[in-house]
Amino acid sequence: MNLVLHVWRQAGPKLPGRFERYEARNVNEHMSFLEMLDVVNQGLLQAGHDPIAFEHDCREGICGSCGFVINGSPHGPLGDTTVCQLHLRHFQNGDELWIEPWRAKAFPVVKDLVVDRNAFDRIIQAGGYISVRTGSAPDANAIPVRKENAERAMDAAACIGCGACVAACPNGSAMLFTAAKVAHLALLPQGQPERLQRVLGMVEQMDQDGFGNCTNHGACEAACPKGISIDFIAQLNRDWVRAALSYAPHEAAEGAI
Amino acid sequence: MRRVVHFYRSTVGKKVAMAASGAVLFFWVIAHMLGNLTTFQGPEKINAYAEGLRTFGEPFFGPGQVLWMVRLVLIACVAIHVLAALQLWWLSRAARPVGYHNPPHLELSYASRTLRWGGVIIFLYVAYHLMHFTLGTVHPDFRSGDVYHNLVVGFQAWPVAAVYILAVGALGFHLYHGVWSTFQTLGLNHPRYNRYRRAAAAVIAVGLFVGFVSVPVAVLAGVLR
Repeated sequence: MNLVLHVWRQAGPKLPGRFERYEARNVNEHMSFLEMLDVVNQGLLQAGHDPIAFEHDCREGICGSCGFVINGSPHGPLGDTTVCQLHLRHFQNGDELWIEPWRAKAFPVVKDLVVDRNAFDRIIQAGGYISVRTGSAPDANAIPVRKENAERAMDAAACIGCGACVAACPNGSAMLFTAAKVAHLALLPQGQPERLQRVLGMVEQMDQDGFGNCTNHGACEAACPKGISIDFIAQLNRDWVRAALSYAPHEAAEGAI
Repeated sequence: MRRVVHFYRSTVGKKVAMAASGAVLFFWVIAHMLGNLTTFQGPEKINAYAEGLRTFGEPFFGPGQVLWMVRLVLIACVAIHVLAALQLWWLSRAARPVGYHNPPHLELSYASRTLRWGGVIIFLYVAYHLMHFTLGTVHPDFRSGDVYHNLVVGFQAWPVAAVYILAVGALGFHLYHGVWSTFQTLGLNHPRYNRYRRAAAAVIAVGLFVGFVSVPVAVLAGVLR
């Protein structure tokens, strides 16, 4: 099959970018989208041009490295799928595709379709961890966890941090990512000691990095390759209000309470 | 005070302020609609109801005192709601300096896409509505205290009634997304009840629209004279 691609080309973070037209000729419909780009890049290299830069690693849909927007859909038109697991059979012969990077102030373009997602790492550093006893591994099941909570924590932990939620959000909000990371730990007993400072810290970092804010459209949930539910955003909001009203590290330090 | 500043400085805090102020206005709108329906009980009932609003709280409060307290709360809620909306809108615009060639269109309902402009329409309409029925400055034959007369004469001009119906329609769309959004933003969710939240928002939005629109429609149809 043949495809016409309009790919966003941008040589560096501060440089202007524009769409370039490429043709993918005689590509196999069983190829993944990234394999098709590999073929296009091989042609570009042979012709002495700069290949299209895009991020990828596992190509199994579990690492969160890949991702770009195809015709307005993050990770392409197929639901619950990363772009590396999107196959060309979901497109029609002769389709014209506009391929562009995640667009967000917090995700500056590094090159072409590659964006800098360090903002997500900073959000994790602001609270997405738990304190553990170091030393020998603890016994399995030593801490009882309700079955439903274990399941829901696992649903939240399915987030691979690809950034599609930010890309899909009309406001460029990172609430789904942050909510998944907050909820994942808040649902488990191991996450309780830092529960309040975690949600305050992660939300504050999210604001500082210049993400937009949630207006409850649900576009993130629809774009998420892991099907993370916006119910976690409600949970984040609930935890945040509780923390903002009750968390008092300064008063505690001063002996006021 | 420091805690209030910290609370509002966060985008989540702004949204909570917006949801809470919106909830107050929402409950007031329901009361307003129920009050309007007394029109169907005849001129005496609605005029007595309107007079009751002014004399509410007597003998502990003077005439209009409770009414003005409620008005001040409402004005404060409108101010918070609008201020938070403008700030959040501004921050969200700044979050995406370079737009998409094809904007993502996943899952955006009509009500959610038009929420902000719907709010502007409602705000402008409320200003007109106050001049029309409360102050009477743009009313052709305003009689202070005769609510029934003001209402019937006001809505007998069909363009006035049409604009009212459109504005209430905008309110319905605003609340369809707004009510659901309030549940989310205030963290009011539970697996057992989540699926009812959209339906509840729809029932409330349609119910309010029908309740408000019934009055001008009845005037135009000649039922209320």
